[in-house]
Order: sequence, then C-alpha cells, then structure tokens
Amino acid sequence: MSGSPSYCVMLFKSVSYVLKAEKILKKENLPHKLIPVPKKISSDCGVCLRFEPNMREKIEAALFKKVEIEEICKLCEQ
Amino acid sequence: MKKNIIYFDNAATSWPKPPQTLTAMQDYLQNVGGSPGRSGHRLSLEAARIVFETREMLSQLFNVPDPLRIVLTRNATESLNIAIFGLLNPGDHVITSDMEHNSVMRPLRAAEARGVDITVVPCGSNGLIDPGDVVKAIRTNTKAIFITNASNVTGTIMPIADIGKIAREHDLVLCVDAAQTAGCYPIDVEAMHIDLLAFTGHKSLFGPSGTGGLYIRDGLENKIEPICFGGTGSRSELEVQPNFMPDRYESGTPNTIGIAGLTAGIEFIRSKGLKNITAHEKQLTGLFLQGIEAIKGVTVYGIKDEYRQIPVVSFNIQGMDPAKVSLELDEQFEIMSRPGLHCAPAAHKTLGTYPSGTVRFSFSCFNTEEQIIKAIEAIRQIGKGRKRK
Repeated sequence: MSGSPSYCVMLFKSVSYVLKAEKILKKENLPHKLIPVPKKISSDCGVCLRFEPNMREKIEAALFKKVEIEEICKLCEQ
Repeated sequence: MKKNIIYFDNAATSWPKPPQTLTAMQDYLQNVGGSPGRSGHRLSLEAARIVFETREMLSQLFNVPDPLRIVLTRNATESLNIAIFGLLNPGDHVITSDMEHNSVMRPLRAAEARGVDITVVPCGSNGLIDPGDVVKAIRTNTKAIFITNASNVTGTIMPIADIGKIAREHDLVLCVDAAQTAGCYPIDVEAMHIDLLAFTGHKSLFGPSGTGGLYIRDGLENKIEPICFGGTGSRSELEVQPNFMPDRYESGTPNTIGIAGLTAGIEFIRSKGLKNITAHEKQLTGLFLQGIEAIKGVTVYGIKDEYRQIPVVSFNIQGMDPAKVSLELDEQFEIMSRPGLHCAPAAHKTLGTYPSGTVRFSFSCFNTEEQIIKAIEAIRQIGKGRKRK
C-alpha cells in the first residue's frame, strides 16, 4: 500500500451528464470507463466516470464549460 | 403495407414511417432492453445512450446549444401543460392567438379558471396573426406569449421571429407550439428568440406516438415548476425532486422504445435533408392548391401559398358536409383525410367554418405528385356527384 490514489472518479448530476461527458472524451480519445458510483463516495444509484489520475488534467480541460462536474475523488484500489 | 391507400392525414400522425423507425424499436426490445439512467450495467447504459442521442439530434435540429435543455415527454400536449401550468401563476397575463389547437387553448382556459388573465389575439381570415396586435395586447403583468408555429387547420406559418423579437424587447417568455412544424419546417430557437418549444415525435419527426419534447431556455427552469414528480434515477437519496435539467421534468421510466424509434426518425430526416423534404412538400402543396382552386364549388381556406404554409390544406365542397366528403374520399378513392374542427374550434370561428369545419389534407415526404393528381380528380368527381343529386 503506497497510499497514492490508483484512480479518480468523476461524479455528475445524472446519467445524462455522464453520457454528455463520455461523448466528448470518446471524441478526444481520452481513456475512461463508466462505472456504478462507489457506495463509499455517494449513495446515488447512478454511474460515474473512472480514469487514471494522470488523465485528470486533460479530462477536466476537455469538459470545462461543457459539462457540469459535481465532484472528483481520488480512490485507492482495495 | 397497404398499396393503394393515399394517406393525407400526416398532420394527425405521419404514415408511413421510415422502415428505420421500426427497425430501431425492434432492436431496442431485442438487444438493449435496459432502463436508461436507472442502473450501471451495460444494457442500461446502452438505453441511456439512445435517449441521449435523441436529445442531441433534437438540439441540433432546433439549434439548441445544449442537448440537456431538451425534456423528453409523451407528446406536445404534455410539453405545453408543463409550460403553462409550470410557468403561470394567478395574476399573470398571457397572450395567445385564436388559431391555437386545444392543446394550448384548453390548458390556458384551465389556467384562466385559476386566476390567470388571457388575451386571445384575433387572426385574419387567412389565419395569419399581425405582430402589431400582439404588441397592443401587452400589459404590465404580461408574462408570456403562447403561439402556434403553424396552424394545424390552414397550415398558415406564423411570423414567429417577429413575435420573438417583441417578446425579447418586452421581457416576455415566448412558448411556441411546434407540433405541426418540427421536422418539416426549419426551426432555430436562437434566431427566432424562442424560450420554450413544444413538439411531438409522431408527426413530421417520424417517431412513434408517445414521444415528444420541450426545449427550455437556459435558466428558465428556475421559473417553471414540474407538474409530475417521481423517480429520476438521480439524487436517489433525496425525497425532493431534483432541480436540474432535464430530470426536473422527467419523472418515471421513459418511453425508451418510442425514443429509439424517434432517434431513427430524426436520422431519416437528416439523411434526406430537411431542405429537400420541405421542397418536396411545397411542390405537392402548390400542385394541390392549384388543382382544387380551379374546381368550381370548392373553397380553400388560409393563405393559399405553399411558401407561406406547411403542407396542410383545408377546403370545403359547396353544400356538402365535410364529414361526408371525407367518407366518400375514403370509401370510393382510398384517400385518408380528416374532416371537422381539428381540435381547434376558435380557428374555425376565425375562418368562418364553425361548427361543421373543413376537410383537411396534410402531406408528407412519402406522398407523390401522382397521388395529388388522383386526389384533385376525386374532389372534382365528388363535387359533380353533389350537383347531380
């Protein structure tokens, strides 16, 4: 256990926002994955985006002023 | 498909649909099937992608800057109910026209009974509104203008951009009923200053019935209360309705199979080109107008100019009940039309055709010149038959 985050998750208001983000990231070729929201982050039953921490800056820039982001969390693989 | 049928009732619902509409609906049921936005698995996501795709295509069609400004509903009527009951409070004043369909008029009359003031601006006998009359109707408590994009009775296209300019100058909300125009006439919510655009999916957008939507301009959701509350798949921990678009107005499981069909319908319009569809329909409308105006005893209503109307034409044969004409067209000539008041009683009072109404023909891009020529001949023969009796 190094304690460094192994991935980031990005939370949105609803699945419509996630899919809007997904379309942009696909177009820009930025690697990501859609996963159910980890319950330790939020009780929301929706999906969120997961990506490598080193992609964070690029992904945030791609979505800037295009999709409203609720929260970004760093998570350690358990 | 029934080969000899001539279907001229596209203003009620379009038929036939492009084969792609059916294929997409079948594909959803057979291969996707999930509930959009409700779960994280791939079939749910696939369903949600179909729904998002529809929003995106609609937003491109209407020049809406953000797909999430499109609320998906059952039909234009539901969209108009959200706009009317969500926006208006007792003491507010609204302006509308006397060419409106009951989908606007009835909810407005119900709002009136709850204390909303309404001015119904009279249109000319050709169905056209004078924007100057709209300005004259504005009061200090005027909140909104509700107007049809084009009459479902005469096809008359309203000067929406001019009315939009008036709305913008006086800080009024402009809500446009695009039930008859979405998919067969270019709509640009920015250029026309439209704040709320209500449309249906089963007419010129070539989706199935049970689909439609409402565009809400950015920020206006803060002034429009939802009329239906419930599960949205988002913010599940909260027992109050989310306040963001489009979830605020989309409670309950959506009509995903219908939306899948709608996506394919819009894709069909894109592949054919809206300009080409409009040009073909104008040609048919012009040909029909020219043909029946030459028949003695036939009265055509409205503006009678294919460049100023959508492919909808209302007419009567002198001395004949429209219902009888429509029945003869069906039984003797296999031509499907719609007689009567077309859910727009005030419009028929304006045209002088209340209470018996008119016979209405409405064309789509699937109709042909040959069908128009057959129909003109049929009307000529029905007219002759009346003279003999």
